[in-house]
Amino acid sequence: MYKLKCVSTASENCTQKGAKIKMNKSFDYTVTDSILAAHNYEERAIIAILQEIQEHYHYLPKEVFPYISEKLSISEAGIYSVATFYENFSLEPKGKYVIKVCDGTACHVRRSVPILERLRADLGLSDNKKTTDDLLFTVETVSCLGACGLAPVITVNDTVNPAMTPDKASELLKKLKEESENA
Amino acid sequence: MLKNREELQQYRLSVQNSFNKQVQRVIICAGTGCVAGGSINVYNRLKELLEDRNIHVAIDLEAEPHDESVGLKKSGCHGFCEMGPLLRIDPQGWLYTKVSVDDCEEIVEKTIKNGEYIERLAYCKDNFPIQKQEEIPFYKQQNRVVLEHCGKIDANSIKEYIASGGYTAFEKALFDMSSDEIIDEITKSGLRGRGGGGFPAGRKWAQVKRQNETQKYVVCNGDEGDPGAFMDRSIMEGDPHRMLEGMMIAAVSCGANEGYIYVRAEYPLAVERLKNAIAQAEETGLLGDNILGTDFSFHMHITRGAGAFVCGEGSALTSSIEGRRGFPRVKPPRTVEHGLFDKPTVLNNVETYANVPMIINNGSEWYLGFGTETSPGTKAFALTGNINNNGLIEVPMGTTLRHIIFDIGGGIRDGGEFKAVQIGGPSGACLTKEHLDMPLDFDTLKKVGAMIGSGGLVVMDSNTCMVEVARFFMNFTQNESCGKCIPCREGTKRMLEILERIVAGEGKDGDIDLLLELANTISHTALCGLGKSAPSPVISTIKNFREEYEAHINEKRCPAGVCQKLRKIEIDPDLCKGCSKCSRQCPVEAISGKIKEPFTIDLSKCIRCGNCMTACPFNAIKEG
Repeated sequence: MYKLKCVSTASENCTQKGAKIKMNKSFDYTVTDSILAAHNYEERAIIAILQEIQEHYHYLPKEVFPYISEKLSISEAGIYSVATFYENFSLEPKGKYVIKVCDGTACHVRRSVPILERLRADLGLSDNKKTTDDLLFTVETVSCLGACGLAPVITVNDTVNPAMTPDKASELLKKLKEESENA
Repeated sequence: MLKNREELQQYRLSVQNSFNKQVQRVIICAGTGCVAGGSINVYNRLKELLEDRNIHVAIDLEAEPHDESVGLKKSGCHGFCEMGPLLRIDPQGWLYTKVSVDDCEEIVEKTIKNGEYIERLAYCKDNFPIQKQEEIPFYKQQNRVVLEHCGKIDANSIKEYIASGGYTAFEKALFDMSSDEIIDEITKSGLRGRGGGGFPAGRKWAQVKRQNETQKYVVCNGDEGDPGAFMDRSIMEGDPHRMLEGMMIAAVSCGANEGYIYVRAEYPLAVERLKNAIAQAEETGLLGDNILGTDFSFHMHITRGAGAFVCGEGSALTSSIEGRRGFPRVKPPRTVEHGLFDKPTVLNNVETYANVPMIINNGSEWYLGFGTETSPGTKAFALTGNINNNGLIEVPMGTTLRHIIFDIGGGIRDGGEFKAVQIGGPSGACLTKEHLDMPLDFDTLKKVGAMIGSGGLVVMDSNTCMVEVARFFMNFTQNESCGKCIPCREGTKRMLEILERIVAGEGKDGDIDLLLELANTISHTALCGLGKSAPSPVISTIKNFREEYEAHINEKRCPAGVCQKLRKIEIDPDLCKGCSKCSRQCPVEAISGKIKEPFTIDLSKCIRCGNCMTACPFNAIKEG
């Protein structure tokens, strides 16, 4: 995927021929730098570093891969292999509200699928398209949130909503839309 | 910063004194369940009200305690999630259920100021309120020893933990016992790993101690990935110091000086509480260099998982801590020889470590008093699914399913009929009516092809389709297969395809045999535990519910009426009055007809959503 041999600093160009991915030349690495420094540029901390970068940007911007590769002396492929292995990392931008529908066993037997279907129908999303075009909502499933006592549950940016139904899910979307408009 | 044993003992006396000075303690459940129900708002409101009334509130234990303070605490999970938010009043031992912000004023005025009981907030059994938490059937029939602090003490306070006898076992292990004595005690207690495998913890520790290396690690597996399990989460959130203490004792016994806790990414609250607990232990001088003036040094780190079920497997977990993909590797060498960073490593799960302090404190004889001969001790279970009392329970090993489901769990939800229970998550198996009186312990379960796993119990009623459940688990393991070895990567995919076909009504003759053949191959040839056990749910559902598979394949019928594509919805022309309500509710315009004459459904358009069935006022629409 990342076939670029990128030069390390942001100010320089990525001019490799056939490069499919456009790099943002003016990408600001201040956040990345402080995260790397907090982990003492340790190679073994790569998962934690990627997690913190993702917490800041809500996804992993492609610009950080060559940069981290240079700073930690790990190959880009190595970082990419970690980033694609773990479910939590996203290479695509996510919405302002990330909704996770729990489809663990307990939620599943208490009918979580109709909730997922309603959310997707309301937002025009599907299994392949997880984020709305206006980058407001991302809808994904998670295998268990460990809140089985309250099944079925969904979380919105880590806030747990217990005992959901499809109707309650629609209500919630409406509320979030209003909240976002008023913000 | 405590410098030696005497200082620790003095410190304990002083916090015990502050603890006892609290005339009343109000303990609010701050486990994930109750927090979602609004328990933090209840806490804040109570604090506000108490301060308004100039009642002295002790948030944490104070160095110079006020004589008449009311302790207001956020505790870990009380377990009875179904009735949350929960609030316990001590010393009376009362439990208030489903408490909301609006109840706070009454609680302050009546209960806190005048010691009156508020009946309206009580848990009711057969319309009869039960005041005391310990008298409620859900709690009465449990044996909470590992979870003893969950719901009783402040989960964020090392002082409360020490005041309740915390770190006495560590003190004993560090000063009064040799490392062999510690390992002996654990070995004699028969403590077996609570993560699923049931390997004797003492033997593991002894193996690590034997390794001739200066650098050794103690690692805690908090990657509780089984859907339907949250025991470890509750311990990490509710009594983090107990787990740390267990790890520290393990470290003393085998000579490790660094510890790692690997926590699932989906457990942010557990991470927060553990971070706080580690910081407190460092400040108090229980973690760090030369602890309490001895030559024992121990440092603890937290690693957050990033969403990979396979990382619950030992070698995948260590690989993930090292910053790589979570791939399991071929064993041997085992983790005890070449574990984290290729060094000897003790790897146990959260609940196992949480058992350790009480074994050291009370001795192995005491511990052997719980459970069965080959599986001593207690086990925490997460009780979920179609059951009345959802929540976290702890019972002695060897308790029967019947006792758990019907006595503690209060039976099946909405008066339904018990059909099966899935034990051990996607690696486990389903148990049916015939297993209700079987004792739950490591060895008995193994005999029937199941496993305790980490302890998730998902109860299913007669409205659950077992083929669909098997498909669900296979979908899970297929998704979570790391892709390293072919039997698991390709085999689970093929099995899933067959199951998907069956639930869609496209099952073929011979599918069951093919599933069993694939299952056999995968469980014999896959590399790690995830792959080896991936076919278990399919094997056990075929064994116990073969007729359901056959109905799907041969008759294209789902006996539980769950599989949408197999539903055939029909309108009974004798009952239909032609009101058109159903056709107006149909999202795909599959129903048509003339008003006041029987309507008909075009099955080629029908998506079997069931909207029409709920809409019909005459019960004329049924599944055929």
